[in-house]
Amino acid sequence: MTQMPFDIFVLPFTLGMSLLFAYLLLKYAHWIWLLPTDDKLRILKGFFSQKSLRACGEIFMESLLHRKIFRVDKRLGFMHMSLAFGWFLLIVIGAIEAHTYAGGSAPFYFPIFFRFFVPYEADFFLSSVYVQLMDAALLLVLTGVGMAFAKRFKSNIVGMKKTTKLRRRDKAVLYSLWLIFPMRLLAESTTSGLHNSGGFLTGTLGTIMSYILPLQYMEYPLWWGYSIVLCIFFLGLPTSRYMHIPTEMVLIFFRNWGIKLRPDNPILEEVMILSCPRCGICIDRCQLNTNLNINDTQAVYFLQRIRRNEDYTAQANNCLMCGRCASVCPVGIDLNAIRNRRRLNFTPKEVVLPYDNKQQRQAKVVYFAGCMGHLTPHIKNAMVKILQASGDDFWFMDEEGGVCCGRPMKLAGQVDAARQLMDKNRATILQSGATVLVTSCPICYKVFKEEYNLNISILHHTEYIEQLLKSGKLKVTRQDMMAVYHDPCELGRGSGIYEQPRNVLSAVANLTESSNERRDSLCCGGSLANLTLPSAKKHELAKQTMQVLTANNPDLVATACPLCKRTLQRAGDTLVMDIAEVVAKAMECK
Amino acid sequence: MWGYSIAKSQSIVYDQNDRTIINYVLEQEPSLRTCMACGGCTSTCSAGNLVPFNIRRLNTLLQRGEYSQVKKEIYNCMLCGKCTIVCPRGVNIRNVVLKTREAIMNSEKSDANDTNAI
Repeated sequence: MTQMPFDIFVLPFTLGMSLLFAYLLLKYAHWIWLLPTDDKLRILKGFFSQKSLRACGEIFMESLLHRKIFRVDKRLGFMHMSLAFGWFLLIVIGAIEAHTYAGGSAPFYFPIFFRFFVPYEADFFLSSVYVQLMDAALLLVLTGVGMAFAKRFKSNIVGMKKTTKLRRRDKAVLYSLWLIFPMRLLAESTTSGLHNSGGFLTGTLGTIMSYILPLQYMEYPLWWGYSIVLCIFFLGLPTSRYMHIPTEMVLIFFRNWGIKLRPDNPILEEVMILSCPRCGICIDRCQLNTNLNINDTQAVYFLQRIRRNEDYTAQANNCLMCGRCASVCPVGIDLNAIRNRRRLNFTPKEVVLPYDNKQQRQAKVVYFAGCMGHLTPHIKNAMVKILQASGDDFWFMDEEGGVCCGRPMKLAGQVDAARQLMDKNRATILQSGATVLVTSCPICYKVFKEEYNLNISILHHTEYIEQLLKSGKLKVTRQDMMAVYHDPCELGRGSGIYEQPRNVLSAVANLTESSNERRDSLCCGGSLANLTLPSAKKHELAKQTMQVLTANNPDLVATACPLCKRTLQRAGDTLVMDIAEVVAKAMECK
Repeated sequence: MWGYSIAKSQSIVYDQNDRTIINYVLEQEPSLRTCMACGGCTSTCSAGNLVPFNIRRLNTLLQRGEYSQVKKEIYNCMLCGKCTIVCPRGVNIRNVVLKTREAIMNSEKSDANDTNAI
């Protein structure tokens, strides 16, 4: 190339792009600078390892192809994929095409406006293939834009009942994004029409346009327009939801390098908040929306409030933390953890809790019924019966009542006091010399596993019973009843225990399916995590969940959580039992 | 001599009592107004099983605007939520405890500000 291609209309694009890149570089450098030292070391260690490769793979699968959104709905997945992957193809193929033409050296705006600078049918290696490929990629993006446009009017088109209510700034940037691709189509078609070039899309459209429109007057303004909408989009990106495009990649790298959300590390939280694309997939998953028509507390709106420095106290507290949103979040944001971090701590640090566990004993197996276990005596009695039959040397740690596991306190934001409760129980458990800790309550189970650092085997009673059945220590007879299983939030989505309860239940009853199972299971509404929802509303949720569970008229709704049992049994006529109770009953009928 | 003594006479002057804390709690958690003092919460209480913590009594003290005992006891609650589950009136007692703690924290903050101002 003899002379550098330049025209003044490239300036808006060049300016917008340069400012955006400078801003992002500074922002990311600042984040890394603020990370605690051990996290910096993790980055250093992870940078030249397989972890970075894995992150690149994940970026390709999730940020470009949007595999997780495809799993939610194929149409929605296609919409996001066509926009992201289509644009990616335009950039990559365009860059290859332009650099092949220029022989390697060209200014960075050159590929973007290639058709303007090289309007005729240039003849270089594979040039005709590039033209058609570029048109195909543009068509792919335009399909996505068309679907996104339609979604704003009727979100059902892409399988969403509700889509995010956007604020003005997001809308402005959204429109500039939508305009980029039609502008490009028109600009390229005009140039193609004038010079009799172009691929199957731009070439054809250009020829048609050349019959009816004065193309020579349109060409220049259209390229200006294309450059300006790109500039608006780039400048609006950092303050709009589109910040998610660059930030999600940072999040994926951070996650793969092993950086975790911790109390002393607010950086990852900021990265997560900026990674939220406000796609609104969480909205349809939230039972507060679908069952109670509460429409301001869903994860997308909560994160938006944090980002805009608006008061979010009510939203932080009004959440069941059932995890249904997080389980489908295409970005994998730790929504419950962020919500929990944002709850206020009203307990002064210097408060010392004056109680302790009353008793101490030695045993191989320690059984912890938990507060909720004591609220449902049938469950703890059944467990005592099972433990006695197992022949294991066991101690019912909180038989006379004891210190709470600390998770309810933690969920309510009182983190220092929660730590005190955990320390008390931890000491008691360790002093007992036990190798196995069995608990009936998934709320306790999760905190024992995640926060207690016990280094002994921690089992939910469904896991424990499954082991007993497998080893033959426990003999049961199958009952002639049809049972449906309700996955408790804390046990299923919270701890990933889906199969063990089903295995146990199918050994003692005939297990049937329900429409919302495993990851899609509904919350019973009793959740301790929601601090403000009135009890009448909770009951409303329970009734609707019970309706879904009993749709096939089972004889029994079986669950594995005392709180779920307590909540559901008051919400319908069908018998509700914990799996431990069913097993204890099946032991009698020998 | 026998471990008994005459109780101090006590009178509550509602007009003079400081109701800032209870007013805040009632505003934030109006369900507390429906409490009929049955004591179900207190009988199931996990913390009350271990130490003197009587949420029913604390409610009475709160309503009277006598906060010194409330300030001592309110942090003994483990927030396990059993009280809220058993409450026949659907009072969100757990939130009452949280809101009381919040109101105490706010009142102490504003006291500190007042002292600084003087």
